Amino acid sequence: MHFNILKHELVPYFKVLSREEVEKLLSVYGISKGDLPKMVVTDPVSRAIGTREGDVVKIVRRSRTAGESVAYRLIVGTGMGDIRTLESDEED
Amino acid sequence: MAKKDTMRALVRRGIDEETADKLAGHFTLSALKKASLEEVQRAGLSEDQASAVLHTLGRKIAAGQAAPEKSVDERQAVINEFTRIKGIGPSKAEALYEAGFRSLLELQLQPIEAIAEVKGIGRKYAAIIKNHLTPSREEAMKKFATIKGIGPSRTQKLWDAGYRSTLDLKVATEEELEEVVGSAATQIKEEVGDLDARDILAKVDTIPPPEIKESEERAALRQAIQAVLAKQDEYLPRSVVTQIIEKIAGKDIPQKKLTELVTRVVEEYNQALMDPLEACGIVGAQSIGEPGTQMTMRTFHYAGVAEINVTLGLPRLIEIVDARKSPSTPMMTVYLEGGYKVNRDMAKQIANKIEITRLINVAEVTTDLGTMTVIVTPHLKALERRDITIEDIEKKLKTVRRAKIKRVNDVIEVKPTEEVYKELQRINEEIKSIKIKGINGIKRAIIRKEKDEYVIFTEGSNFEEILALDGVDKTRTTTNDIYATYNVLGIEAARNAIIHEAYSTLQEQGLNVDIRHIMLVADTMTADGTVRPIGRQGISGEKSSVIARAAFEITVNHLLKAAKKGEVDQLRGVAENIIVGQPIKLGTGSVELSVDVSKMRKKGE
Repeated sequence: MHFNILKHELVPYFKVLSREEVEKLLSVYGISKGDLPKMVVTDPVSRAIGTREGDVVKIVRRSRTAGESVAYRLIVGTGMGDIRTLESDEED
Repeated sequence: MAKKDTMRALVRRGIDEETADKLAGHFTLSALKKASLEEVQRAGLSEDQASAVLHTLGRKIAAGQAAPEKSVDERQAVINEFTRIKGIGPSKAEALYEAGFRSLLELQLQPIEAIAEVKGIGRKYAAIIKNHLTPSREEAMKKFATIKGIGPSRTQKLWDAGYRSTLDLKVATEEELEEVVGSAATQIKEEVGDLDARDILAKVDTIPPPEIKESEERAALRQAIQAVLAKQDEYLPRSVVTQIIEKIAGKDIPQKKLTELVTRVVEEYNQALMDPLEACGIVGAQSIGEPGTQMTMRTFHYAGVAEINVTLGLPRLIEIVDARKSPSTPMMTVYLEGGYKVNRDMAKQIANKIEITRLINVAEVTTDLGTMTVIVTPHLKALERRDITIEDIEKKLKTVRRAKIKRVNDVIEVKPTEEVYKELQRINEEIKSIKIKGINGIKRAIIRKEKDEYVIFTEGSNFEEILALDGVDKTRTTTNDIYATYNVLGIEAARNAIIHEAYSTLQEQGLNVDIRHIMLVADTMTADGTVRPIGRQGISGEKSSVIARAAFEITVNHLLKAAKKGEVDQLRGVAENIIVGQPIKLGTGSVELSVDVSKMRKKGE
């Protein structure tokens, strides 16, 4: 890595949440982990901050409308790759 | 430090007012940071409260990117510890300490990139450090096998899942381990124990949220407003709080009035919020689609930069929403740093470095059938303009296979090793398109002066390689290729890129669409971690409802396949309910009435 992508203008602030923080987050919104928006584990940012599958990151974005806006992402594996490229069963 | 200041500082760090008040009566901020558990308790806190306070303070210090400074002896001890690693001498060990690393444990847990970033330590030494600290495959597997319940197959499973040492086992939770080795997880945890590494993992590499500089007075006002909000358990976004501060700055407002003010603002804000289950998707779609009908399908020159053509208007918007892997007119905006951005010649240097120059652009290539040679005659002026020498050309020509290069004055003769006509022809073709200088993909690089710096606009985009160049400002350079942004900077950056591109496309056409609609589209496209197109290859095609997909595109196929498989449509979405004739589950239809029979009064009672 030639430079720190976390410093780029387009990349917001990331923070990994501890297990307690994650539980608190899930209970505040009444959701389960899988309902969160996701980020792939091979994502350049995920690689840079060293997150593993199952971690949850808190993202603080600069927002034109609200000044600051908080979002969360669940780190997710690459799974089967691009589902869209799997061949669907064709006609007999 | 005055007591009030200390209290404010503590509150700012996340300690509640009551405790902060107690502490401020006994300590100054710096004294508190160094205090022991007993000392803090003496101020009137319970043991739990005291340890919580110290924990918060300790954590805050770490988050401020300066690891707690140990005394001189301890610092030396840590540096000595680092020096023990083969390949790390005293200067590198110092560099590691200065960068914030305080133990071998941290070095083990941080990703290799974080270590490579430390000044004085590059990839090579980072790799050496990591190798030294991570056990080899045999060692690790042997260690795993010593745990009761882990046999050869489970050892393999642990390795495949990414666990490389007992440290990894410690950091993982029992649930995580269960997924890999099943019931043996309990045994592992018993033997290996737990290690909460969240603090260490997040410490060195994350950049703290940029603190917006505010005057003391404003920061204090913000504090006060936040305190009122906290008491009422309400929320106001940062920009609204800023607006309040704008209005009351400089005026002396008593606490009661402030509370009233904040309450009123909260009321207005809550009223302005969208209702839950409002059909924001369709509202957004129409808000973008309607002005879309006013967009022209023309393409004209990029306003300002006379030479570069960029797709504009409706075709560009379609490209963005379809998540095309590369735009039809890729373009990069390359910002420069340091001397390169103020000095036109230095900027030109970079422009020349990246613009692709092929041999035919600077030389004449002719074939002499008589002597079976290809003759390359460089135009000296062209070479000079692009800062290339004949030696450069020679070097590049040497890469041609099965050919002999000979320089005669200012002309280069190329002969095939096998003097056959076919070879001659091959060499001729290969030479003509040989790249002499530049980065793949960059067709043209143009320098323009924007405000008070020189900026390079390129026709063609190669995001990764550009960011590796010296002189390029790696924090501001962008491309209009969203996929490239996703690959290099990640999903959040891609989301921002989508918003920026779509918004400016609409703006450029003179259309004013509230950015929130576009933000919704961008959020939807990036929700699963990848950039998904809206169309049938993406979001619309991934709907679980058969009827919805059939109504969107390729009607008969979807219905046939579903019928064959015996699929069930849950009728949970909008399209299918409309088709079937039921109310949709948004807005009014989101609520169902029910009756509690036990509470019903009987007739006559």
